[in-house]
This record gives sequence, structure tokens and C-alpha cells, in this order.
Amino acid sequence: MNQNLPTEDNSATLEEILKLDGITKRFGNLTANDGISLSLAVGEILAVLGENGAGKTTLMNIIFGHYVADEGSVEVRGQSLPPGSSEAAIKAGIGMVHQHFTLAENLTVLENIILGREPLFSIRQKLSAGRRKLRALSEQFGLDVQPDTLVGDLTVGQRQRVEILKALYADAQILILDEPTAVLTPQETENLFATLRSLVKKGMSAIIISHKLNEILRISDRIALLRRGKLIGVVDAKDADRDQLAEMMVGRKVTRPKTQSLKAGAAVLKLENVSTSGASSSEDLKNVNLSIHAHEICGVAGVAGNGQNSLADLICGIRAPSSGSIELMGKKLTRFDCRTVVKAGVGRIPEDRHAKGIIGEMAVWENLVSEDLRQPPFIRGAFLLDKSAGCDHAASTIERYDIRCPGPQAETRLLSGGNLQKLILARGLSRQPRLIIASQPSRGLDEGAIAYVHGQLLEARKHGAGILLISEDLDELLSLADRIAVIFRGQLREIPAEASHDIRQIGLMMSGQEAV
Amino acid sequence: MADIFEILTTLGFWAATLRIVSPLIFGTLGELLCERAGVLNLGIEGIMTIGAMAGWMWVFQGGDLWTAVLFAAFVGGIFGLLHASFTVYLGVSQHVTGIGITLLAVALSSYIFRMMLPEVTTPPKIVPFQIYEVPLLHEIPFVGPVLFSQTPLTYLALLLVPVVWYLLYRTPMGLAIRMAGENPVAVEAQGIDVLMVRTAAVVAGSAMMAIGGAFLTLSAFDAFYFGMINGRGWICIALVIFASWRPGKALIAALLFAGLDALQVRAQQVGGAVIPYQFFLALPYLLTIAAMVVMSRRTAYPKALLKPFRRGDRI
Repeated sequence: MNQNLPTEDNSATLEEILKLDGITKRFGNLTANDGISLSLAVGEILAVLGENGAGKTTLMNIIFGHYVADEGSVEVRGQSLPPGSSEAAIKAGIGMVHQHFTLAENLTVLENIILGREPLFSIRQKLSAGRRKLRALSEQFGLDVQPDTLVGDLTVGQRQRVEILKALYADAQILILDEPTAVLTPQETENLFATLRSLVKKGMSAIIISHKLNEILRISDRIALLRRGKLIGVVDAKDADRDQLAEMMVGRKVTRPKTQSLKAGAAVLKLENVSTSGASSSEDLKNVNLSIHAHEICGVAGVAGNGQNSLADLICGIRAPSSGSIELMGKKLTRFDCRTVVKAGVGRIPEDRHAKGIIGEMAVWENLVSEDLRQPPFIRGAFLLDKSAGCDHAASTIERYDIRCPGPQAETRLLSGGNLQKLILARGLSRQPRLIIASQPSRGLDEGAIAYVHGQLLEARKHGAGILLISEDLDELLSLADRIAVIFRGQLREIPAEASHDIRQIGLMMSGQEAV
Repeated sequence: MADIFEILTTLGFWAATLRIVSPLIFGTLGELLCERAGVLNLGIEGIMTIGAMAGWMWVFQGGDLWTAVLFAAFVGGIFGLLHASFTVYLGVSQHVTGIGITLLAVALSSYIFRMMLPEVTTPPKIVPFQIYEVPLLHEIPFVGPVLFSQTPLTYLALLLVPVVWYLLYRTPMGLAIRMAGENPVAVEAQGIDVLMVRTAAVVAGSAMMAIGGAFLTLSAFDAFYFGMINGRGWICIALVIFASWRPGKALIAALLFAGLDALQVRAQQVGGAVIPYQFFLALPYLLTIAAMVVMSRRTAYPKALLKPFRRGDRI
């Protein structure tokens, strides 16, 4: 499947606005982009599809001048773009909405937008003229924001609007959106897509980066597939087939494991009227009630920053509740520390693998035994650590869980993301926990690794574990969870059983609107 | 207690407060500018020292007072450039670099002073800035003698407060500086060179610090002594936090500290018999710490302070 140019019927819009020619970028030994050539037509939405680490963001950062390509060139309307200059990219009409928004929270919307749009050394900032232009733009494109509010007070969806307005304010003709739907509720995603369609109708062009196939198929005209830094092919969206795209993206057939229905057992976790304090007001839990039973996966959906961390920390023993009671395996918890919780049979898969899951500078075996340090066989005499017992244990665990690493003594930080997650799973699951708390367990992993993680969780469920699965990926929740609760500003609401697979309903609750 | 209130009503107390506050204003505004761009400048103590030495030496070698101020600012700017090249361009730890610059600048000041004047035992004197009475205004009762009978550098310090405020809040450059201290990636994404913006802020801030140092040798005293900065730089760093990184509040913070300092000298004479004088010496510092704890608990500090920015890094 090679490059299919747009077909005859849209030849009126065939005018080429952006052209990439043989872009190659290396980071050390890793070739992030390998000779990629692509073109974008006026009035077109081009999707760049690929797994995490396929090189999508790198490619966009080259277009926008954050990176300098080792080889190849970027042309806008036939003029080649000087490499490594965001200023030149903006001048040429390229606007980028980064995945991690590039906004300053302590400054106002207007300040964020007008920065750089006037000569840096002029004596006076033309604030009111900027405000007028911004108001006009937001009216014209139906992107409602208040120019003088602080960005820190905005929701994620509103911040994304600011990012788009930033590009429009700079008279962008080409809009690049990097994983724009990753943090949005389904409704916000719909709004974004409507905005994109209206922009394109007015003669703009857009590149949208994503790994979500369903969304890509809905919004784009053409789809460019990247795999391991190489362009695999470009297809017309209307001829594309979901399964075929998935296979092309991953490079082989991956089937995610299916759940089988099991009867829920005794309660392994019970939260009654639990509140926490000390985080921000939207992160603190407020009177949360939740129970999880054996053989059951309970999913927690929600936009990031609504109390997921507090909930996970609470059950992991990192944070104590300010009120309410917690029961683990039917026993009321009185001491809130990690050791008690782990001893009671909780397996933990933290959200941030690198920061909280492992100690990168220590060896694989040290990380693997870190939850069992005080028990034989790893302890000899009163307080001596038995390295050989640790290494033996690690060696067998590495084999059983298929962790790809040079050996037990290898430095942990050198492992790939997928293998790190395998290590964390192995540490947590090999103790046969009765309650597993998994926060974003598949974030940033490739398809194969995701299938592995899901398989392990389902296996644990089969063997009688209750699982609390916190995820921002609705597809993941819908495919794995027996029931789903939604967290919003620290309040947890369970979705009624009859609506448990209604994305619209879940989306409404994620943005704080009452269940119907 | 009544004695202390009596001190507060004297002209001498208020005039002294303004004298003491001048170098602190230069230093605090300079540090504020650096930190607003995201760069902590612990070189301030050294930069003030070398500014004091450079300004004095310029006059002692026959230069005039105003070019001495410019020369001190220039030397301060050079050290700012040094700080920026390590912290901004190479991304080295701002703490380590700053302390290194303080050590270097203090030692270099003594070294150059000794090298150029090997024979002297008592520090030689120059003719410093004289008091300039602003026509008409200085005749206003109370306010006149306090506010309008000062040396020119004090007027410059007071004038610098609105200037820095205007720069930060009303010019595109100021917006870029504030944004560089909040989120440098956002600055880069708007097509502005973050490294240039940060460097400019550090150089300008360091120049202000050096003028603060030069105030001591060109205006407050008439000679250069080793150790004459005496921790004023460190105080300025505390005042920036106290002021929540705002120029207007920085003036208030500096005035508070200077007022306490002027007060303690006078209170020593009143209460010295009962309370050891060391207590009075420590008083401004203790009260500043207390005020800082109260004031700065909920302040929004520049989010990208201490965070180096490297272009083309994997984001």
C-alpha cells in the first residue's frame, strides 16, 4: 500500500500547502523518524496514526521547529522552511497544539496568546487591541473563552481552546494537533471535531496525531501510518478498515484478551464515607463509598486531576483518610502505611512507573524484592540482605513474566516502558494479592504490552483478586471492567448497571453533569 | 515602648530608612528580574561586592561618579552573563553556579583592590555623591527633608520600582520574561528564543545588583571595605520571596526591613542598658523571617524557577 494521492473528485482542493521530504531524525541509537515524505493539501485533515514511540510527535516537532531534522526538508507552499525555528514555522502559518499544553498557568489567556505576536522590544504592549482581535476570533470560530481569566482556572477543554486560538491569532493556515483527545471527555471531543470541521471549511488544513483508530476514522480525510519511525502507508479514510489499520499500525495481529463472566465473591475492599485532605479541592476525596469484591474489576473513569491520585494513594497506604473507614479483606484498617497495606494483600501498579514504580538506578533484582525485604528468604540473620536469594528469585520471575532484560543485575532504568511495567506487574502479582490497584496500567505502552497487561489482570481476576482499575482510556475500561464508577472533583459515582456501557452517559458524568 | 514610638516620629529615622533601603531596592529588583525569568541568582552577594569595588575604584582612579555607576553596572552585567552562560545555556545547577559566582566575585574584589593598592593600610576615601535637594519639593514640611533631600542614587532606586513594574507588566519583553519563568516551552512555542530572554533578564538584573553595591561606596560611605555588603544580597533574596515576586511589594518589603534596621540602631541607645544590643542587631532579620513565613505561604512562585530549558531535548 503506497502513497495514494487524493482521488479525482476533490481535485479542486488538491493545492499542496505542506510537503515533507525524506525527514530523518535520530536520538542517539534510536531512529525516531526514518526518511518520511508526506504532503498536506489545502482544506484537508490528515491523520498521523501510530503507536506510542512510532515517531509521530517527533515528526510534528520537526515541522514546528522544536527539533532539527538530521536529513530531509520541510516546504510550505513550495518555500522551504528554515530548520529548528519555531518563529519561522509560525511565520509560515503553522500552528501547533501540543499534547502537553504550552501555556503558563499564572498568566491570563490574553497574555498567553499575544506573547510573541508583537516586536519584543516595543515599548508598549497593545493589550486592548489584542483583546479585541481575540474576541473577534473566538466569536468567528465559536471558541468561547474569557481573555482575562487566568489559564490556571480553566478546564482542560478550555485550555485546548486557548491553544487553538493561539494558533488562529498568529494567522495559522496549518493546524497541528498532537493527541488532542487524550484528555477530553467524549462530549469535548465532539466539540473539538466540530471546530476542526468548521476551520477546514474556511480553508485551513489540519494534521491530527492520534493512536485512537475510531476517532481518526471519523475526523480525517487521509491517514498516514507510522511504525517505528517509518511511514508504512497513506490511505483514504473512507476506504480504510479499522482492523486492517490496527494491524498495519502494530505490524502484526494483536488480539486483546477477552473477559469471561465470573461470579463476584466476598468484598476485599470497602470504603465508607472516606474523605481526604491536603491535596487541592478538586483532588481531595469527598465522602467516597466503594466496595470491590473478589473476581471483579471495578473501573474508575474520569478526567485527570479529579481525585484519582488521592484514591490510589489512599488504597496504596501512602495517604491516610481524614474521615471515614476503610476495610481490607473484611478487616478494618487502623494503620495507614504501605507496609500494612502490602501485608494485607494489596498489589500496586502505580500511575507513574518511573517516579513511583521503580528506582531506576538500582538493579532489577533489588526492585523485584523491594516489597519483601523483611521476609525470608531475602533476609539472612537479623538484618542482612541475601543477594543470591534475591537474584535467584529475580531470575525465575524474569522468566515467568517474560521481562526482557540482560539479567537480575541489570540497571532497571535501561528497561523499555513495556518491560518496566512487566517488572512492576511481576512484583505485585507474584505475591498473589487479593486486591490490585492499577492506575493507568497501559498508558504509554504499545499494543503488545497492553495485551499482556490486560491478560495478567484478567488472569488475576480469575484467580480471585478484586481489581480497582483507574484509567483515562474509556475503551480500556469498557473492555475490562465489570462495573464503572466516575470520579469528578473528588466525588465518586457509580454508573447504574443498565447504563454501564453508555459512553455518552459516562462522558456527561466525567464533566460533572448529573446522571440522567 | 513609648521611646520607640518617639523614634518613629523623628526626621532622622525616616531619612535613614531611605538611605538604608536604596541598595536593597536595587538588589531586590535585580534578583526579582532574574527569578521572574526562571533563574535564581545566588551570585547577588558577590555581584554587589564587586559592584561596590568597581564603582569606587573607577572614582579613585579619577573617573566621575555617574560613569562609575555605569561601570559598576557593566561589571555586574558581565558576571550576570557568566551566570547565564552556565545556568541558561549549559543548564548547570543554579544554586551551585550562584554560590560559585559569589565566591569568585568576593575574592576577585579583594584581590583586585589589593593588587591595585598594595601599600595602603587604611581604606582611602573618595568624594561621594552629595545630597541633592529637589528644588521646591524639599521645602515641604517633614516629607521634604525625608524624601527630597537624598543622594541622586536614592532617587534612582525609587524610580526603578515603577520602571521595573512597567517593564514586566506593560511591555512585550516583560511578558516574555514572566512567561519564561512560568513555562519556557510556551515561550519557545510562540517563536521566541527562551535562552535570549532569560540571559537578558539575568544580565539586566545583575547590573542592578551591582549598582546596589556601588551605592554603598559612592553614596552611603566613601571607601571600600572588605565584607561591606555584609549579607545584604542574601536579604534581597528573602525580600523577593516576601514580595511574592512583585516590584511594588518588593519596595514595601525592602522599606520594612530598612525601617527595622534604622529603628534597631536607635533602639539600642534607648534600651541598650536592659537588653543586650545583639538582640537589636538580630531584630530586623528575625522579623523579616517571621513576616516571610506569614506572607509567602500562599504565594504563586514562578513555576519554572530553577528549571533549565534545553532546546531540542525530547519533551
